[in-house]
Amino acid sequence: MTDIAGVRPPRLLTRDARTRRRNAAEFRFRLYGRVAVCIGVAALIVLLASVVANGVGAFRQTFLTLDLSLDAAELDPSGARDVAAMKKVTTIGYGRFLTRQLKAAIAERGIRIEGITDSDIAGMISKAAPAQVRDRVLADPGLIGRTVAFRLLANGRIDGYLKGRVTMKSARLDGNVSPAQLRLSDALRKDGMLAMAFNWGFITSADASELRPEAAGLGVAILGSAYMMIIVLFLALPIGVASSIYLEEFAPTNRWTDLIEVNISNLAAVPSIVFGILGLAIFINFAGLPQSAPIVGGLVLTLMTLPTIIIATRAALKSVPPSIRDAALGVGASKMQAIMHHVVPLAMPGVLTGAIIGLAQALGETAPLLLIGMVAFVRDFPAPPPEGFLDPATALPVQVYNFTQRADPAFAERASGAIIVLMVFLLAMNLVAILLRRRFERRW
Amino acid sequence: MNSASLLLIVFAIALAGWFLGRRRALAMAGGDARRLHSLSGHHGQAVFLFAAVPALLVMFVWLFVQPIVTEARIGDAIRANGLFRQISPSLVMSDVRRVAHGLDLMVDRGQIDEKGLAALGADGSELRARLGRVGVAVGGNVGGDVLAAARTLRRDNHRGAVGMAVAVVAVALAGLVWSLSRISVEFRARNVSENFVLTLFFGASLVAVLTTIGIVGSLLFETVHFFRIYPARDFFFSFTWSPQFRGGSDLGIWPLLWGTLYVSLVALILAVPVGLMSAIYLSEYASKPLRAVVKPLLEILAGIPTVVYGLFALMTVGPFLRDMIAEPMGLGSSSSSVMTGGLVMGIMLIPFVSSLSDDIIHAVPQGLRDGSFGLGATQSETVRQVILPAALPGIVGAILLAASRAIGETMIVVMGVGAAARMGLNPFEAMTTITVKIVSQLTGDTEFASPETLVAFALAMALFVFTLGLNVVALVVVRKYREQYE
Repeated sequence: MTDIAGVRPPRLLTRDARTRRRNAAEFRFRLYGRVAVCIGVAALIVLLASVVANGVGAFRQTFLTLDLSLDAAELDPSGARDVAAMKKVTTIGYGRFLTRQLKAAIAERGIRIEGITDSDIAGMISKAAPAQVRDRVLADPGLIGRTVAFRLLANGRIDGYLKGRVTMKSARLDGNVSPAQLRLSDALRKDGMLAMAFNWGFITSADASELRPEAAGLGVAILGSAYMMIIVLFLALPIGVASSIYLEEFAPTNRWTDLIEVNISNLAAVPSIVFGILGLAIFINFAGLPQSAPIVGGLVLTLMTLPTIIIATRAALKSVPPSIRDAALGVGASKMQAIMHHVVPLAMPGVLTGAIIGLAQALGETAPLLLIGMVAFVRDFPAPPPEGFLDPATALPVQVYNFTQRADPAFAERASGAIIVLMVFLLAMNLVAILLRRRFERRW
Repeated sequence: MNSASLLLIVFAIALAGWFLGRRRALAMAGGDARRLHSLSGHHGQAVFLFAAVPALLVMFVWLFVQPIVTEARIGDAIRANGLFRQISPSLVMSDVRRVAHGLDLMVDRGQIDEKGLAALGADGSELRARLGRVGVAVGGNVGGDVLAAARTLRRDNHRGAVGMAVAVVAVALAGLVWSLSRISVEFRARNVSENFVLTLFFGASLVAVLTTIGIVGSLLFETVHFFRIYPARDFFFSFTWSPQFRGGSDLGIWPLLWGTLYVSLVALILAVPVGLMSAIYLSEYASKPLRAVVKPLLEILAGIPTVVYGLFALMTVGPFLRDMIAEPMGLGSSSSSVMTGGLVMGIMLIPFVSSLSDDIIHAVPQGLRDGSFGLGATQSETVRQVILPAALPGIVGAILLAASRAIGETMIVVMGVGAAARMGLNPFEAMTTITVKIVSQLTGDTEFASPETLVAFALAMALFVFTLGLNVVALVVVRKYREQYE
């Protein structure tokens, strides 16, 4: 080898400055990549952890167990056990009755709290509790005259105290709860009257007004979301599959087909809120469908998920090898038969996976539903389908938004709890999609 | 008869047609199916389709058109009547609808029969009380004109329902008879039914086109309506946004556009480097097991509904930024801010950017990498000097797509950025975006025909044009780039 004058040959055992610099740059670059990945994963963990930490409390609720002696003179003044006559006693009457019974129960147990007033004792029970008792009595008038154990919802602030959201310090500043009430709840808790239990009402009952967060539930929202998913499934899946079959298998390559394809890919990128505007302008203002109805929401979400389903279905159809088609045509099937009898069944796992992913997307979508009036406060459950499709309802994600718009901090917990319910549904759908793909996907 | 039972009847007719068609075809061939051109099942299928599809089409169109026609007729009657000048016709119309619904309920519950209904006078308060008893609340006493209009509406609805039932059943039967009469040994039932199905498939693919037409049409219609009552110059060139209840609003788009772009910029500043670097790391450096774990994790972020991100912004990120950064530094005291919304939206966009970039990096041919390594470049030098330049157009396309996603995002900004229309530079202040204002202008209780409501359509039009433009540019860029290596 010839030595180049003045240049020291690089040694293999020690690194020169330039190599060191290059290696350092390499190390830094790799580090950036690691940091980026960590940021993404950390964001996911923090997001999920914060939702779960905030929301898990919504599934447990404080209840007050009380033996009520259902006094005939007060609850059924006519004495005839006639439901129509008994309806004359309103929830206000039941509220007074409950307060008296609670006071008696407290006195009976020898619990004495300084400075507690009657209205403090009345405020221990949720404002929804009188209606709860009334409904049960009206449903079974035979209960009157007997002593029955009732599990009543405690007030939202008392519930907050047991969950640590309300403290003695905050109670002093809060007009809605007094420290005496908190001391009483400590005593009742020791006595076993006040306890936390799993809150089925959160999943099954309807939304409740601003003043009674403890009674608010997701029943109407879950039902409304289910109705919309039914509509989406029955409209988007057939339309999506039919149009994908046409575009993938039959469409001639011409300008018209091009237009449809560009159209679909553009629709996939239109902001979801624009679909809400479409629903408002066409389905509600033009066609005169009712506001807040699951049918309108379902139609809007159908149009929104169509591109997703079409894109997934076309990919699934494309992955079926041409030899299948050729073989079918070779034994005398028509093109339609080859496709409907052979290609589509083979592509079905992919199609269903796409449909489920589209449905999951539709289930979580909020913005368009805000515009078609699903933010309204709905207390009544919609009727069973098909009439129920026209009844007012809300949807799960909209209910989350609704909860966040209310002042009482107890609703923040409910909002996160609703998110957990929503995520459980999404997780289940995605798991089904993954299992379908694992179980039935075929590699050619 | 309601539509559900009508639907069942149509299906019953069509199903009967299927069996009849098969039987008739076989009978014509003298029981020997080999003599038929098509299988007997194809004959049945043809009859089924011709009986069911046209009838369903008639039903669909009728359901869509009938309310429009009847309401237009009654609306004309209301407008012709001088009494309603002071109230808006749409309010009267909703009263009419409610009264008609109440009358229906009264008849259903047997409180009144049709004869009694005809004799019902308009002595306001009594009728109102009776309506109240069936659970229909009417704003005021029911006037004679409203009652008359409600009667007309009921009559028209009733006639319409009967007419629809008759027409649909007639069309179904006609289709059945006609297609049955066509059956013969030579009849090419397979070709006919397959072509019919193909036409249906084609029709389904038109739904997407119709949706676009619907979007553009409704946006355009209401936007033109808006510009007729509000000067376009003020909308495009005014720097103030202050809608008023009693008219005289300033509805300039600039504060909203500024907020939108600012939030999107913050989001992209987070999402692009993080997304791009994680895509590079995962595709060039990461071991297979790591990739198998991390990639799905990032994809979970993409599947989380935006309302969850909104809640995260509202309850976690917003208060954190306010207490840790904004208040100690004296930058603001609002938990909803451009920074809150931007950061959370950035998190949402990370998987979007990373999966798009991943595809693009994968599309760079392996030969380029091998060549670079062969010349002695390190891995990072290869990425920076060979792969990224080669992938640049695709990455630009991905960033544009992410930007269009950010501009159209609604829930995060509704819950995290605030509603104050303001053009400031401080990212810890609450601002607002186009999508927030679309939601707030359309969910309020203002009258539909006012400029304060209609402006939402103009805003949506701007949003639509903006995102569509970005998407088209991005797709063109990406497609050009793909062709380079294919």
